[in-house]
Amino acid sequence: MSLDPTSAGAVLSVRDLSVSFATRLGVVRAVDGLSFDVGPKEVLGIVGESGSGKSVAMYSMLGLVRDANVSISGSVRFEGREILGLSDTEMQSVRGGDVGMIFQDPMTALTPVYTVGWQIVEQLRAHNEMTKKAAYERAKELLAEVGIPNPTSRVNHYPHEFSGGMRQRVVIAMALSCNPKLLIADEPTTALDVTTQAQILDLMGRLQATHGSSIVIITHDMGVIAEIAHRVVVMYAGRPAEIGPELDVVRAPRHPYTWGLLGAVPRADVKTRRLVTIPGNAVSPLEVPIGCAFAPRCQYRMEICVERPPLRGADDHLDACWLSDEQRLAIRSTATVRGEA
Amino acid sequence: MLRFISKRLASALLVMFTISVLVFLIFFATPGVDPAARIAGKSATPAVLRQVAKEFGLNRPLPIRYGLMMFHLFIKQDLTSYVNIGDRIIPQITAAAPITLSLIFGAVVIWLFVGISAGVVAAKNKGKFIDPLVMFFGITAISIPVFWLGEMVSIITQGGLHRTVFAWVPNGGYVSLTQSPWQWALHLFWPWVTLASLYAGIYARVLRGELINNMNEDYIRTARAKGLSERRILYRHALRCSMITIVSLFGLDVGVLVGGAALLTEVVFGLQGVGWLTYQGLQNLDLPLIMGCVMYGAFFVVLASAVVDVLYAYIDPRIRVVA
Amino acid sequence: MAEEVNIINKVAMTAVDSESPWRSSLRQLRRNRAAMTALGVLLFMVVVTLLAPFYAHHFAHDNPFVPNLQGRIKIGNHFREVMQTNTTGLGVTPVGPTWNFSKYFLGADELGRDVFARVLYGGRVTLLIGFSSGLICITVATVLGMLAGYFGRATDWIISRLLDIIWAFPIYLLAISLSVILVTNGLDLGIIHIGAGSLLLPILIIASVYVPYVARPVRGIVFSLKERDFIHAAVASGASDWHILRKEILPNVMPSVIVFFPLMVALNILTESALSTLGIGVQPPEASWGTIINDGLQLLHTRPWVAIAPGICIVIVCVALNIFGDGVRDAFDPRAKLRGSI
Repeated sequence: MSLDPTSAGAVLSVRDLSVSFATRLGVVRAVDGLSFDVGPKEVLGIVGESGSGKSVAMYSMLGLVRDANVSISGSVRFEGREILGLSDTEMQSVRGGDVGMIFQDPMTALTPVYTVGWQIVEQLRAHNEMTKKAAYERAKELLAEVGIPNPTSRVNHYPHEFSGGMRQRVVIAMALSCNPKLLIADEPTTALDVTTQAQILDLMGRLQATHGSSIVIITHDMGVIAEIAHRVVVMYAGRPAEIGPELDVVRAPRHPYTWGLLGAVPRADVKTRRLVTIPGNAVSPLEVPIGCAFAPRCQYRMEICVERPPLRGADDHLDACWLSDEQRLAIRSTATVRGEA
Repeated sequence: MLRFISKRLASALLVMFTISVLVFLIFFATPGVDPAARIAGKSATPAVLRQVAKEFGLNRPLPIRYGLMMFHLFIKQDLTSYVNIGDRIIPQITAAAPITLSLIFGAVVIWLFVGISAGVVAAKNKGKFIDPLVMFFGITAISIPVFWLGEMVSIITQGGLHRTVFAWVPNGGYVSLTQSPWQWALHLFWPWVTLASLYAGIYARVLRGELINNMNEDYIRTARAKGLSERRILYRHALRCSMITIVSLFGLDVGVLVGGAALLTEVVFGLQGVGWLTYQGLQNLDLPLIMGCVMYGAFFVVLASAVVDVLYAYIDPRIRVVA
Repeated sequence: MAEEVNIINKVAMTAVDSESPWRSSLRQLRRNRAAMTALGVLLFMVVVTLLAPFYAHHFAHDNPFVPNLQGRIKIGNHFREVMQTNTTGLGVTPVGPTWNFSKYFLGADELGRDVFARVLYGGRVTLLIGFSSGLICITVATVLGMLAGYFGRATDWIISRLLDIIWAFPIYLLAISLSVILVTNGLDLGIIHIGAGSLLLPILIIASVYVPYVARPVRGIVFSLKERDFIHAAVASGASDWHILRKEILPNVMPSVIVFFPLMVALNILTESALSTLGIGVQPPEASWGTIINDGLQLLHTRPWVAIAPGICIVIVCVALNIFGDGVRDAFDPRAKLRGSI
């Protein structure tokens, strides 16, 4: 079974998304044939290395890629409505109103010259008919919701008066202000220290439950995925390598790249002498090989890998790899014997 | 905030003091210059020269000389001109000040309007044809020596076309605002345009650069993700953040101009402002007058710099914390 | 997101061949057509002014520095006096532009001298002053900035206070004050003797006035460089201060400093022309574009070309310098590069 073509009920439905840039040295395909669904109240994690195209994919969906040399193709449906190809003015009501975004670096995400209250109010009034007073009240409520102490006075503070973790909370409050159906979080915890990371992820989980929104969380950290995601999309070189429920992907990963990603996570319970690394370097976006993108780095490659593997699977756990289930089983048993993964 | 202001003022006073020392050293301690003759005036009798030498302590150690000079300049205010014997310096300067201020006022209005609009237009249309076109005008504007431009304007408006197209352009000179506002503006029109051109060019270029830089910042991406219109993002977010640089630049420019930096413009158009006065002093090597004008100019620059710093703290909330 | 797209671009660029950043900056500069055109214009002006003596000897047959009040020139079939008596009978007016390359192309000035030839000669002086004071200014400023930034503490305090003092003085006032005194009297400090008419005076004055403008940013750059890992590594490996300054800090400061150079030259040329017009810049018998403008003031309405020509030359050179300077900045400034390509 592959992805349900009708994608009934999905909040976000992406089919065959491709994003390429025309550069001086040729066409760079940042995203190549990405497809996934996000259901209501679901947290989807998109994981991959730097340059895997995960951020570019989400940004281009919302028209946030302003480069003149970009070309985007495919289909992106938000609550059934096609949003790829909408004019910028039409997208403006989607952004912020239907879809909220959280970015990686909280230190630079807010305009330095306006108070946080002003900035939240700005978003509220851009999408709702509200008086300033009502909007400010709502802003205070939102700040309280995300756990900022003294919201009544803090609402008039400037961004630089908040710490990194607090600023990220403000950004989250702002993103949720118009009750969006979908929240996109681009590496929301990468710039924060570990303790704050846990707090923010925790907050996001709780808010998601109360607001009922779906979340797409982009990250390079499998730990974050394990913590918060219901389903996972593993990306490599702009292509989906594996998609499925988080538990399945983490417990029984099918793609050799996912094996590498998971193996690279240090585990407290398994005695390892060296950290596992994935051999080779990330592929240059200009020189994506014909066939499977991961083949050059894959220790299990076969002759057939010069053909690009389709994304497929027997249930809702899909992978883009030519390895059959029997072959995988064989590999896993030898690996367990050797004490790896 | 109050502490910040008082700290800034104290620092300004220190700078003024340093400048006054420097000025004094340059004019009165440089080997080869005879200060007594210069202070006493042309054709001063030996008796007067001796008197001057005594009053200004010219045979005493340097610090005492400095002290006496400052005393005469500021407190007794009886420094007299070298050339026009008996004419006191300070009143001359205060009489000339309103003229300079009138010149600056109009120029400021023009250059802010033109410069900021041009900068915004260029940044908005970055890459398209109008952007390099506006920038080319900007570059040309800053490459033209202001005084030369004034002369060119003079040639055109007072030359062959004076009877026809430019008949309305007066022949230079100044009419005070209280006398006749219309004549005041008429006489100042071309000086305003001439002086404004240089600054309009600078501001257009600076603003375009700042705007483009700021439009690439993360918080602009957040603003877009909030669903705000591009127009609002440009004016309310990017421009607002770019104004910080513009304001500090503006404060310094106005300070320098009030202090008499537009001297050649004033001379070319026959406006007897502080700059013109400085020029006269230079032509005649009228040291007391030059000293007075230099101190006056320095005072305004230092004042403007302090005001700008305070304003800066007001506009950019991040600075307040540091201060 | 900007980072990701930039990564894509950077990978795309370096995937082809890894070249030194200097080479890639130069290549980027060469591809900038506006900047290359501007450079061409600049070189043209330099060459033309360098040819001044050639022109004076072979074409104009006159020494443009010697007054020629009694001379006569041949225009067409008639002989005309260089200084023509006015129709009113009062005073004389020099001959106007003949638009004839071999004689008084732009006419004569109030002393009967060939204006065009003088403009060519004046160009040499103006360009010389502009480039040398620019060079001196940038060199001194870079050294001071590096010393202040690298050694910090006492060295930094002294240098910064020095820069503050110079900078606190309004530039035009400082330049004017220094010029008034030094240019008429010369400089006599112990072993340093500079004559009153020497060109070295305006060069040094203009250079010193602008030193803080460059020194401060350099100091800032060195401060942030000092914290970088490769400096720590060099220190840890036992490199001497001198070695670090020369081999590690200087090459990283150079790109930003290079950006300043064309702009400083333009600024210096404008400052020199202002000072010369005031009579306290270049002194006779030397001529510069500024002094010629000054000469032209008396003849502004009768023989405007005396004032117009040198001004146009200044505008052309400064526009070219600014355009070229913008190109250099786009190619070399590390900050601009982050935004530039995408």
